[in-house]
Amino acid sequence: MNEITTGTHVTDAEPALACARAPVGLLAELTHRCPLQCPYCSNPLELERSNVELTTAEWQDVIRQAAALGILQIHLSGGEPTARKDLEDIVKVAAEVGLYTNLITAGVLLTKERLKGLADLGLDHVQLSIQDVDAANADRIAAYKGGAAKKHEVAGWVKELGLPLTLNAPLHRQNIDSLERIIEYAVEIGAGRLEVAHIQYYAWALKNRAALMPTREAFMKTVDIVNRAKERLKGILVIDFVVPDYYAKFPKPCMGGWGRGVMNITPSGRVLPCHAAESLPGMSFDNVRDRKLAEIWLDGDAFNKFRGTDWMKEPCKSCSRREIDFGGCRCQAFALTGDAANTDPACSLSPLHDEWAKVAGLESHETPPDFIYRRVGGAKVVEPAGE
Amino acid sequence: MAETVQPIRPTRLMVAEGSILLLPRHIKLRHDAGRDAWVLLAPERVFKPDDTAVEVLKLCDGKRTVGDIASDLAERFQAPRDVILADIVQMLQDLADKGVVKS
Ligand code: SF4
Ligand code: SF4
Repeated sequence: MNEITTGTHVTDAEPALACARAPVGLLAELTHRCPLQCPYCSNPLELERSNVELTTAEWQDVIRQAAALGILQIHLSGGEPTARKDLEDIVKVAAEVGLYTNLITAGVLLTKERLKGLADLGLDHVQLSIQDVDAANADRIAAYKGGAAKKHEVAGWVKELGLPLTLNAPLHRQNIDSLERIIEYAVEIGAGRLEVAHIQYYAWALKNRAALMPTREAFMKTVDIVNRAKERLKGILVIDFVVPDYYAKFPKPCMGGWGRGVMNITPSGRVLPCHAAESLPGMSFDNVRDRKLAEIWLDGDAFNKFRGTDWMKEPCKSCSRREIDFGGCRCQAFALTGDAANTDPACSLSPLHDEWAKVAGLESHETPPDFIYRRVGGAKVVEPAGE
Repeated sequence: MAETVQPIRPTRLMVAEGSILLLPRHIKLRHDAGRDAWVLLAPERVFKPDDTAVEVLKLCDGKRTVGDIASDLAERFQAPRDVILADIVQMLQDLADKGVVKS
């Protein structure tokens, strides 16, 4: 969720609104199960298995707590959230307690009846991801035959049911040439919003970086295409564009700032400040099975560890952007420097930036290696049977 | 993938004095008691409207024109109507471009 320019009288939720006592958004990873195998999936390499997932009643309780805490929006995500047979029971409670309910789905498991049922229960918005507009390439990227065609059908149902639709298209070197067609496709299917997000290199994407990283030239071309499309499609399609860290000057505020804008709950109930936080060593994460959500948010060690700016070192400590990007990503800082409190190497002010960014230039000019597909166990381990 | 393409392309809504606007079903203007603030909930966005915006949005009921809203506010806040009108047309255009109001 990157920011957009805002006009008169209405601004994006400001910091005070975000962290006074509750985050604005809850990212609920209902399950890590997913029939697709995108090589850039943001789920951790160690996928949680279905037998550890929170039960229906546990999710419903978490959702009630979230609303009471002051969370405004819930993003039902995964894995593939529709892989849960009790999604209806979860959406029902979210709508009842007044959370703005957003379904983030790959679509392939949906039926029209099920979608209608969810809409009737009060689902507010659908975000549908696509891999490419070229169906063969899309199915190759997701390692799922017929996926693109099914998604197209789902997009039609979403519109038919009068639900607002965001199309999400992760961008990388193996679909980057389709960008103009992706934008056109979003307009054709009646999406109100298009998220064109260059891949962020964590988790599976980091493993597949050489297969995904575009060249700087290719990236610059996308900036130009998006800027022109934004102008041309003003009032027709809202386009949100996320640039890759490797080609940016300053890092992004990860999750809108650690312990500030969003909280993330994993399928087994662990509460994380960001979905990659489990890659940091020496951190302990509370579980909704053991503690109340409000306590975890306000007092949890993991949330307090990098909240605000007190933990910062130079150059962040005295930098004027410290409350804009909050020093970038802790996980990226740790991965490269061994200390999560250092400046994210994605920042041009980091002493390690040049060395880090050079990788992109090198890898993107080589022949891309084969994908390492996202699978439980990283290879071909069979998942335990359903709930 | 072009079989079910809708023939009519959407066009940009241009806000004017005569426009009659409303919030689409999926946009929610809500007072958040805990924060003591009005919030505007939109797909994957939360906006914070200021006092003027809140007043205007409450009046976007699908019946009143933008001109009616300007007159209403001009009277309530004892301000020149043309100044208010210009201001809210700009604001509503911005919101229309973000998909927050429709005609
Ligand atoms: S990124 Fe792909 S593999 Fe990962 S959850 Fe989404 S659809 Fe499934
Ligand atoms: S030095 Fe730190 S706070 Fe300043 S721009 Fe870089 S990451 Fe952001």
